Amino acid sequence: MSDAFQAQGLVKRFGKTVALDGIDLSVRTGEVHGFLGPNGAGKTTTIRILLGLLRADAGTVRLLDGDPWRDITRLHKRLAYVPGDVSLWPRLSGGETIDLLGRLRGGLDPARKAELLDRFQLDPRKKGRAYSKGNRQKVALVAAFASDVELFILDEPTSGLDPLMSEVFNQCVSEVRREGRTVLLASHILGEVEKLCDRVSIIRSGRIVETGSLSELRHLTRTTIQARLGRPAAGLGELPGTHNVTVDGDRISLQVDPDALPEVLRRLGEHDARELVSQPPTLEELFLRHYDVGPHRSGEKVGAR
Amino acid sequence: MSELVGTWRLARLALRRDRIGLPVWVLLAISLAAGPAGSLADAYATAEKQREYAEGVGSNPAAAVFSGPSIGVDHLGGIVVKESAVWVLLLVAITSIMLVTRYTRSEEESGRAELVTAAAVGRHARLAAALLVVGVADLLIGLGAAAGLMGAGLSGAGSLAYGLGVTMVGWVFAAVAAVTAQLVEAARTANGIALAVFGATFLLRGIADSASVANDGTGGTRQLAWLSPTGWFYQLRPYAGERWWVLGLAVVVGAALTGVAVALSRRRDIGAGLLAARLGPPDAKPGLATPLALAWRLQRGGLIAWAAGVAVGGAVLGSLAHDITDMVGDNATAAKAIRQLGGADVLVDSYLVWVLRILGLAAAAYAVSAVLRLRSEESGLRAEPVLAAAVTRTRYALSHVLVAVAGVVVLLLTAGLVVGLVHGARSGDVGGELPRMLGAALVQLPAALLPAALAAALFGLLPGATLVAWLFVGAILLIAQLGPVLELNQWVMDVSPFTHLPRLPGGDVTAMPLVWLGALVLLLGAAGLATFRRRDLDTA
Ligand SMILES: Nc1ncnc2c1ncn2[C@@H]1O[C@H](COP(=O)(O)OP(=O)(O)OP(=O)(O)O)[C@@H](O)[C@H]1O
Ligand SMILES: [Mg+2]
Repeated sequence: MSDAFQAQGLVKRFGKTVALDGIDLSVRTGEVHGFLGPNGAGKTTTIRILLGLLRADAGTVRLLDGDPWRDITRLHKRLAYVPGDVSLWPRLSGGETIDLLGRLRGGLDPARKAELLDRFQLDPRKKGRAYSKGNRQKVALVAAFASDVELFILDEPTSGLDPLMSEVFNQCVSEVRREGRTVLLASHILGEVEKLCDRVSIIRSGRIVETGSLSELRHLTRTTIQARLGRPAAGLGELPGTHNVTVDGDRISLQVDPDALPEVLRRLGEHDARELVSQPPTLEELFLRHYDVGPHRSGEKVGAR
Repeated sequence: MSELVGTWRLARLALRRDRIGLPVWVLLAISLAAGPAGSLADAYATAEKQREYAEGVGSNPAAAVFSGPSIGVDHLGGIVVKESAVWVLLLVAITSIMLVTRYTRSEEESGRAELVTAAAVGRHARLAAALLVVGVADLLIGLGAAAGLMGAGLSGAGSLAYGLGVTMVGWVFAAVAAVTAQLVEAARTANGIALAVFGATFLLRGIADSASVANDGTGGTRQLAWLSPTGWFYQLRPYAGERWWVLGLAVVVGAALTGVAVALSRRRDIGAGLLAARLGPPDAKPGLATPLALAWRLQRGGLIAWAAGVAVGGAVLGSLAHDITDMVGDNATAAKAIRQLGGADVLVDSYLVWVLRILGLAAAAYAVSAVLRLRSEESGLRAEPVLAAAVTRTRYALSHVLVAVAGVVVLLLTAGLVVGLVHGARSGDVGGELPRMLGAALVQLPAALLPAALAAALFGLLPGATLVAWLFVGAILLIAQLGPVLELNQWVMDVSPFTHLPRLPGGDVTAMPLVWLGALVLLLGAAGLATFRRRDLDTA
């Protein structure tokens, strides 16, 4: 399968801040790709480079079949962008802005626009300054989804939407996915990503730390085990692949990497396990592990949240 | 009083945010007031020199439109008022308006106000904080100016009247801005209305003072100055038998306006204006499909306002031209003063050169604001979605530049047309004057475009420093008005592109300066476009 875009070794500095520190990211044609990462990780910066709004200090980018810095007109006709922070012209109505943005990227379908306005419950006659944050975002979303493009680049598009409207958004993404179009979805909302995305990349401090399909990522997550033992739990905490081991009398709770699971189960058996509760791996846990950019970076402290 | 809870905190917030801008403004205003006093004292040291001034600049009705009436200009104090006060008043009034709007409307627009209001702040606290900060700054300017003028050896009472007069004008316009900030939603519109009030009352004062200097409107016209807050400054008569009660008048009007603002603010929601925003069309017209159409849509309202201003200014100033010879009479010094400003041989032509120069400067200021729309679109995050569509950097930047250039042509045409028609009608020779004035107005095109070209170059190269283009416009204005009077060094005069223009109407046309000014414009503009194409979009 070909790539909708591909970035290799992207580096971007703003003065002394290193915003991107060697990003490798590829999104395949036709997939919905989740782009996750804590605040300031570099999602927006990566997207702006893809759009030719910023210039990378190092690395290569290929967008569709061109160079995002040079083939602006040709490439941008084929993509639609929804910024994270939508700012509208105060005196233009929402409907005018939608038409304008659509036409600037090469035209939009009036019937589709009307349908989307209806679904998003957006009044197109209000002036730009009169819209709330969520409604500004809807203006940008309608303008994007009403365009006939191959690639959608969406930067936290639901951060201002209420749950009902997020659901409408989810439907829209599913529809364009069914039509074989590509979506890059930067997000903080795990549920949204789990629901919509085929593959996910997690970015942290300017580097991609995980990338893969959801099931591949689940494989990276840990199983939480709680047990009551017949014999003292000596030595269990030293096993490789265990984390956050807490012992309270005859009770033990710990997290286990997938590879270490057989060994841990065997050892629990040796210690006369009486009760055993195991929680399946969740993406949430993985997610929080990567979001934890505070002082407790080591994986050992993860479960403490 | 609970409605004022948090005023202090908000005022401190404003002081922190503008900890550089506010002191710079205060010091600039003080130095504009007190700075020239020293050199004026040297230039007009003797009674004879002072009498010469009174008979020259002092009895020039055209100069009075801008510089105010001639009250006590046969003494140094009056000369200082006439030469320096208008600059201080312009700076203080305009900045007071913009700051009040900034602390009230812009805050609401950005949503910051909601955060603050939610955090236990009384309903009128924001307005109170804005007026407090601006009011105190105005007072500091007034006291500083008074101290500076006294330091230059002028009388204490007159200096205090000068300083407090400036303060009072600042207060009144701060209160005007407080009202307009309640009326409409957009900061830009609120600012625009308040500035229009300032402009209209300033013009009114100009007409009245011109009449008072020409000594023709013994009754009616000159009294119009009382309708204008800047007029009150001169009616306070600093250094010429101060009329202190005028200060009271200003305080009463300022307080009444503040009361109106408070009453209005009770009747509206945060973020909304009292005049509700109208709904727009649900679809764009077919034409709204290119960056150029967008630029025009964003800028046309501004251009119409500027064109109206130029037309009114041109009509008022142009209508005086025919009478200028009579007004000046056989007063040789006054004639010399006009010739200095305009630089042509025939008195009327000299006056007309000066009129068209002022209007040309207005066109230059418009062009800078039109080009810098690029910068506000960029930092306001509105350039991003356009550039993320199928629009190249060059095409995007060119669209606003084209609107700016076309706008300057329109403004110069308006100036030439209106002055030509009005002066032609009064002198009974429309057929002759109209083409002469049109030509004289249009010949300024390269000079009027130079500041905008500088703005474009800065936008590409140093987007954080676009303010420099405005400083250039300010310098040109100062040079045009003060240069001839203060007999500045030629190299200072040469900084202004207008210095190099042929003196039209009446003078000789030489192509050379026009050619190199035009080349400079193209060079700077091209540099701006080329560098914008290569740089990062700067959304900070
Ligand atoms: N124009 C700029 N100038 C200076 N620093 C910048 C600029 N833009 C981004 N940065 C810095 O680059 C880093 C990455 O920012 P970026 O906006 O890409 O993060 P993000 O992942 O989109 O975060 P968020 O989830 O908050 O939107 C941050 O440290 C940010 O402060
Ligand atoms: Mg972001």
